[in-house]
Amino acid sequence: MADARYRTGDSVRVRKAAPLGHVRTPFYIRGHAGVVERVCGAFPNPEELAQQRDGLPAQPLYRVRFRQKDVWPGYRGSAADVIEIEIFQHWIEE
Amino acid sequence: MKDSGRYEPYSYFQLMEVSLRELLVEKGVVTEDAIAGAMAAMRARGPERGAAMVAHAWLDPAYKARMLANGTAAAEELGFEVPGLRLIVVENAPDTHNVIVCTLCSCYPRMLLGMPPEWYKSRPYRSRVVREPRKVLGEFGLKVAAKVRIRVHDSNADMRYMVLPMRPAGTDGWSEERLASLVTRDSLIGVAVPVLPKKPKTRKS
Repeated sequence: MADARYRTGDSVRVRKAAPLGHVRTPFYIRGHAGVVERVCGAFPNPEELAQQRDGLPAQPLYRVRFRQKDVWPGYRGSAADVIEIEIFQHWIEE
Repeated sequence: MKDSGRYEPYSYFQLMEVSLRELLVEKGVVTEDAIAGAMAAMRARGPERGAAMVAHAWLDPAYKARMLANGTAAAEELGFEVPGLRLIVVENAPDTHNVIVCTLCSCYPRMLLGMPPEWYKSRPYRSRVVREPRKVLGEFGLKVAAKVRIRVHDSNADMRYMVLPMRPAGTDGWSEERLASLVTRDSLIGVAVPVLPKKPKTRKS
C-alpha cells in the first residue's frame, strides 16, 4: 500500500491529463484545486484493475472538496456550494 | 417488453453473461434457482434499510454520531449485511443540503436503498446535477434557499453515499417505525426531503 501523502484540510490539485483506458477521475474535475475533506483508505488502482492486473500497491483515496464557482464558469448558485469527489493519490499533482 | 416476434440477436455483453451463467450452472458452481433467487431478492429490495437507519439516528444521537463516522458499521449495527459496501453518510442541516450522484456510471448503495431509479442512471441527471444542482433539484420540486449551501457528492470511485435528512417538525413523540415511513428513497439520495403527509386544508380564522 502506498503511503498517504495528504491529510484532511490539505490543498491539492488534480492532474490535468488524459490517459487512455478506464479512469475514475472525471474530466470535469481535472486540473482543479480543492481541499481534502477526508482520507478514505487505500484501494487497488482501478486503471490497473481494468487491465486485469492486481492494482497493487493500493492507492490512497481522498474525498476532495471543490468550490462550484471554481469548477464551472458562470456557476449559478451560492458561493458556498461545493462538489465533493473521490480522487486517487496518483491523480494529485506533485 | 411485448413480443413482436422479431428476432433480436444478443449483444456482445448479453451473450457473454448468458455463456458465463450457463457454464457456472453446468459446472455446478451455482444453480439456476440460486441465480433467480438472488435476482428476485435484489428487485424486491427497497429503501427500507436506509430509512430504518435514518429513523434510528433521529432518535439516538450517539448512533447518529457513529453513523456519520462510519456508515458501514452503522448499517451492520442494525443487523444489515452489506458485504463490500463502504458507506459514507452525509448530514443535512438548516444551512446545508446534500445530494448524491455518480457521474461516471450509476454507483448506488443498493444493499440499503434497493435498485436505483432510472433517472439516477440517466445522462441528464448525471451530467446536470453536478453543474446546476439548484435547477435540477427545482425540477424535482425541491426549492433550496439561496443561503443554504449545496454539497454535491460524486460517487465516482469506491465509496457509496446516503443522505441523512433532517427530521421534519411536528414529529415529536413519533415511534421509530412511524418516522421511518417518512423517509423516502428520494430523500436518501437528496432530491427530496421528508415531509409529513398532507392534512386536509382548514381555513384559518
